[in-house]
This record gives sequence, structure tokens and C-alpha cells, in this order.
Amino acid sequence: MSTTTTSGVAQSPAAAGTPTKVRKRRGVRGRTLSFWLFTGPFLIGLAVFVYIPIGWSAYLSFFEARYTVTPSTFVGFDNYSYMLTNDKFTESLVTFTVFAAFIVPVTWAFSLGLALLVNRLRFMRAFFRSVFFLPTAVSFVAASLIWKMSIFSGVRFGLMNTVIGWFGVENIAWLANPNPPWYWLVIVTVRLWLQAGFYMILFLAALQNIPPELYEAAAIDGAKRGWQTFRHITLPQLRATSTAVILLLLVAAFQAFDEFFNLLAKTTWGRPPLVELYYTALGESQDYGAGSAGAMILTLLICVVTLAQGRFMGFGKGEEAK
Amino acid sequence: MSAMSSSNWDRRSVLRAAAGLAALGPLAACGSNNGRSGGGSSGKNLTQYFHAYGEAGTEQAIKKYAKAYDKANVTTQWITGSNFESKLFSALLTDNAPDVFEFHPQIQLVESGQVADLTDLIAPVKDDFNQADIASHTIDGKIWGIRMIDDPQFFFYRKSLLADAGIEPPATLDELVEAAAKLTTDKVKGVFLGNSITPVMNPLIWSTGANTLTDDNKIAYHTDEVAAGLKQLRTMFKDGHLLLDAPADWWDPSALTQGLVAIQWCGMWAMPVIQQALGDDVGIFPFPQSADAGKPAVTNGGWSMFVNAKSKNIDAAKEYVKWLWIDQKEYQEDWALSYGFHIPPRASLAASATKLKSGLPAEGVKLFDEYGHFDNPAWTQAMIVALEGVVADTVRKGGDPQAALDKADKTVERELKKLFG
Repeated sequence: MSTTTTSGVAQSPAAAGTPTKVRKRRGVRGRTLSFWLFTGPFLIGLAVFVYIPIGWSAYLSFFEARYTVTPSTFVGFDNYSYMLTNDKFTESLVTFTVFAAFIVPVTWAFSLGLALLVNRLRFMRAFFRSVFFLPTAVSFVAASLIWKMSIFSGVRFGLMNTVIGWFGVENIAWLANPNPPWYWLVIVTVRLWLQAGFYMILFLAALQNIPPELYEAAAIDGAKRGWQTFRHITLPQLRATSTAVILLLLVAAFQAFDEFFNLLAKTTWGRPPLVELYYTALGESQDYGAGSAGAMILTLLICVVTLAQGRFMGFGKGEEAK
Repeated sequence: MSAMSSSNWDRRSVLRAAAGLAALGPLAACGSNNGRSGGGSSGKNLTQYFHAYGEAGTEQAIKKYAKAYDKANVTTQWITGSNFESKLFSALLTDNAPDVFEFHPQIQLVESGQVADLTDLIAPVKDDFNQADIASHTIDGKIWGIRMIDDPQFFFYRKSLLADAGIEPPATLDELVEAAAKLTTDKVKGVFLGNSITPVMNPLIWSTGANTLTDDNKIAYHTDEVAAGLKQLRTMFKDGHLLLDAPADWWDPSALTQGLVAIQWCGMWAMPVIQQALGDDVGIFPFPQSADAGKPAVTNGGWSMFVNAKSKNIDAAKEYVKWLWIDQKEYQEDWALSYGFHIPPRASLAASATKLKSGLPAEGVKLFDEYGHFDNPAWTQAMIVALEGVVADTVRKGGDPQAALDKADKTVERELKKLFG
């Protein structure tokens, strides 16, 4: 009687108890054990900090859950109905749409521009790459406070007010006054400063992967350097990276919270969905049922938009998408 | 070769051990003593939450009192930032909730079973407390918190700037609007009502003769006079006579002491700092009368101590609260008068507080007694936020006050319905 090992090699009974087979069995078990040892903690973390809260939130969304996260009164879709007819929540979705429609293309263009500039440098490239990347390490909260209290402070000694004062322009209350909506300038610049460096690195990597032969061939064919090669060679070659960058920017825009929360306290405008949900579920109303319903609606919306965007941009199609 | 094998084995062992430890870490943490209540063998560890007071020395003082208590190990979380409420409310839902915390009397704390009944602690000294404070902490006949300090809020002004402009402290809202215009220059703004302008929402309501809620908990703030008052605040905002986006908000007197503004809404706690910076060049006045049926208004804010009803050491927590805020009158006096100025809620302490007997502090006490409005526990956080939205929509955004008040009514009515049926 022969025994078949996992490798499919038949062995004689005499060989069954040899150290080789024991080692192989131990190897399979060992690999399995290693797999669980390495992935286990992360799976536990994922379950505890992601899946269970999502499930609990879905559960809460069907209950009257004010001041408690262990409710007992089932209310069906009441919380969903309340959130969908709540002006503040629906306005927050509009705010997000405006914000995303602006910040995504601007950050994309700004990051790509920075990458093109840094890529062309012949010396001090590493220095400039680091300079532009460093803001990524700064927290949104710290940056927001610097923007709010120093650069865009509404008093006469705020940096921007000092600068415009040199040209005879009166002080501007950048964040307190929604007409005109200067607060968008504050929000967009702080996010650009924080994010552009990271996406610049992605574009730099992609730029350096474009075969130089393509540019040589184009030159031989008479293509002019500059806009023509950028449009017909560089940009198409960056399509996969651009798609990923836009996706990441869109997700980041959906998650926008810190700068809005820290820059626009006590306003009824400029509240993206996460800020609105925070105010609904924590600190003020403590309505965890309504907050959870809003979170579920938002999750569904993110899934739909992400799938649509991926389909539109051809994300994940690999080579055939090019 | 063998050396390499040995090396591989060692490396794997190390990695496996590391992974094993990582996996066991969270499990180990579940059973560890994290230094919080219940962790010690005697169960005498308590945690108390305080928001960060602006006055120098307050954090050290609270920790000093806690250290002096010998029947439990009291840990203080001194919560900085402007979202103390958010942190407190979310913590109260968890096992890491504080045993003792400061907040304002609000009915939802009682309705949701988040605070313990302290009637038996206060009963022996009930008559020595400011009776308005006792009333504001009494819900369903029981007393749920102990007032630590009373904080009247009113306008501080630079006497010299008003004198230079030839104006008296405003007695009506119209006069305040005029004063703001006259006092505004290219260097100094007329009035500072806080960056959000929300601190004066309640005083505005009271100064018209209205109130937030009626005695039977119906909406009372939605009147034509309140809407007209909002329009006047809008005039000051629109005409550029309000200080906006100041680096420090209304509770900090630096806008006034640094010469950014002539009149600032602030609290009595800031009086020592203001007097130190400006000497005698400072006066106070209440929020001025805004309608014929109204009268000047002062917000009697303050902070109270509560015991978490779900604390694992509820008896120890109540014992600590009684020790500090009922028995230790020396600490209560120190807390009220050694850092900023607050009015002690204990009548005996207020009567013996020499620092409040003369000059500007005495004027503050007089305004507190004459025009002060105390906490209404039925006026909850969600309702406060609804009216903050009204200020944002009307004063800062220029929207129609009646429409904004209608919008707030929906939120407040939903809240009232949930609380009172």
C-alpha cells in the first residue's frame, strides 16, 4: 500500500515514517499555523474595529437609540426616513459633491504638475521631493489650526490679512462669514498642502516607468516636445495611476472631516456628511439610531460612486484598458 | 549550510513568537489592570472628567484636591479642545466612562440613566446652596448634581474707548448697535460676541422678555421680538462692527486686553486677568434690553459635578463628590476665587468671599442677582445646537430669522416630544 503525499509522490510504507514525510506534514501544518499567526491579529483587528462596528451600526439604524448603543425599541425605517428628509443631512451631501468636484481635479492636476516639475530636475531632486512630501506627515488637525489661527486669522495680524493690507484691502473674516464663501479657499488650500505631496510621489513613480523609447520614437516621428508629447504619450501612459489617484482622492474627499470640523465650528454651512453625522450621533443629539442610518446611507452612496467611477475609468481592467 | 538552517529556524521562531505575542496582546489587554476603576483590588480607583478651564493653575488645583483625598485614588482627565461634550457623552456609553464628571444639569442625563441621584448627599446642606441652583438641578423631586461654581456672563468694556467716543454703556440693543459703529476703527472693532456669536443667543431671548421654554416645556423663544433682535445683530455683523475670527474665542479676554475690541462678551472668571491688564479702564454691563417688554439679561452659567450612575464604584464616587464639593469648603472657596472669579453656589461661602465684596466683582455679583438666568434642565444640548443654527443662518449668513426659527422649532419639538411625550 502506498501513501500519497501532498506533493503527489508515492512513497513506500517503509518510507512512511521517515523524517522527510514528518517534515513535510509539519511543513503544511507549520505554514497553516504561520498563516493564522500572521494574519490572525489583523483579522481580529479588522473584525473588532471594522466589521463588528459596521454590523452594530446597521443594527442601531433600525432602533430608537438616543443616549444608548444597546437599544430595545425597534422603529423600522424611521431613522432612514428622518435622515433622508433632514435638510442638514441632504445639504451635507451637496456640500460634499461641491467639495469633491473641486478638490479631486485640482489635487490631481496640482500633484501631476509637481511630479512633472520634480521629474525634470537634474539636481536637488531628492530635496524637492522631500519638501513637497513632508506635509503628508502633518496631521489635518494641526494644519487646520495653523491655517485658522495664523494664516487665515480674521484679525489684522493674520498673515493673509497682513499681506492684503499692504495693497489697501480691508481685513477679511475668512471663516466667519459665508458671503462671499472664502472658507472654501481655506479648506481647499489646507487639503492641497497636505495631500499633493503624496500623490506627487505616485505620479513620479509612474513617470519614471514610462519607457524613454516612446519619447525617442515620437521625436523621430516629428512630435514636438512639450504639450504634444505630454498629451499623446505621458498622459495616456499615466492612465492607470491617474485612475487610482482619482479613486483615492474621491474616497479621501468622502472621508473629509478634520479640517471642516476644526475650521468651521458652529456653522450650518460647509458641513460634509461625516461632520453632520458626528453632530447627529455624538455630543449634541446623541442620536445613535439616526446617526447610524445616515452612516449606512453614506456607505451605500460611497459604494455606488466608487463602482461607477471604477467602471467609467476602467479601473482594474489592466492592460486592455490602456 | 547547517548554520544557515539554524539561522532560518531562529528567524522563523522569532517571527512566530512575535506574531504569537501580537495575537495574545489584545487578549492580554482585556484582562489587564488599566488603572481605572475596578482595576485595583479594593475597587477604590476613580476617574473624573474636567473640561480645560482657561485660568492658570486650575488643572493643578483640581489634581491637588484629588490627591488630598485618601479614600480612593482619583485620576483626573483634563480634556482640552472645544468638544468636551462629545468626549464625555461617548465615554459615558462605554466601560471607560468616568465615575465622576462635570457638566450642566440637563434632563436627558437623568432620563437616560446616566447620572446618579445625589439628593441624600445634598439634603443636609440644601439650604446653604443658592436656591436657584438647587431648582435647576432638581428633576422629578430629586437632586442630580452639585453646583461647583456659578459663572455670570456679561459685557466687559474699555471705559476710555467709550469715553473717547462720547458714549455711555448701552442700555438697549439699539444703543449697542450704535455704539459698535462708533467704536469701530481701522484698528479696533466695536464688539466681540464670540467667533460664532452663539453665546449671546440666550441673553438676546431673555432681553426681549421671552424665554427658551415655557414652564410646561413648550417653545417660548420664537417671537417677533427675538426675530427683530437677530436682525439687529445681523446689522452689526454686516456693517463690519463685530470682531470676527479672533484667535481666542469669547471665553478668553485677550481680544479686549490686546486692544482688538472695545466691548466683549465674556464671563466673570476673566475679571482678574482683565483687571491686571487694564487696571481701572474696564467696566461691565448686562446684555441690554431688546424690547419694551424685556429687561437686561445675564447668563448665569457654571459647572456642576455629577456621578455616573453606571459607575462600578458608585458609592466611592458619591463619597468623593460629597467630600470635595460639600465637606471641603476650603477647596470650594479656593476653586471659586483663587484663579478666575466665580460665585460660590454655597451661600455661606458667597457671603464670606471678600474678593467679591467691592469694585468690579461686586458689580458682577449685583448683575448676577438682578438679571441672571439660571440653567433650565429641560433645555438640552440638541436644543442649544438648534438655536446656534439660527444664529449662523441669520446673523452670519443673512437668512430670514422667522424661517430659521421655524427650522429650529422642528428640531426642538422633536426633542421635546421624545423627552416629555
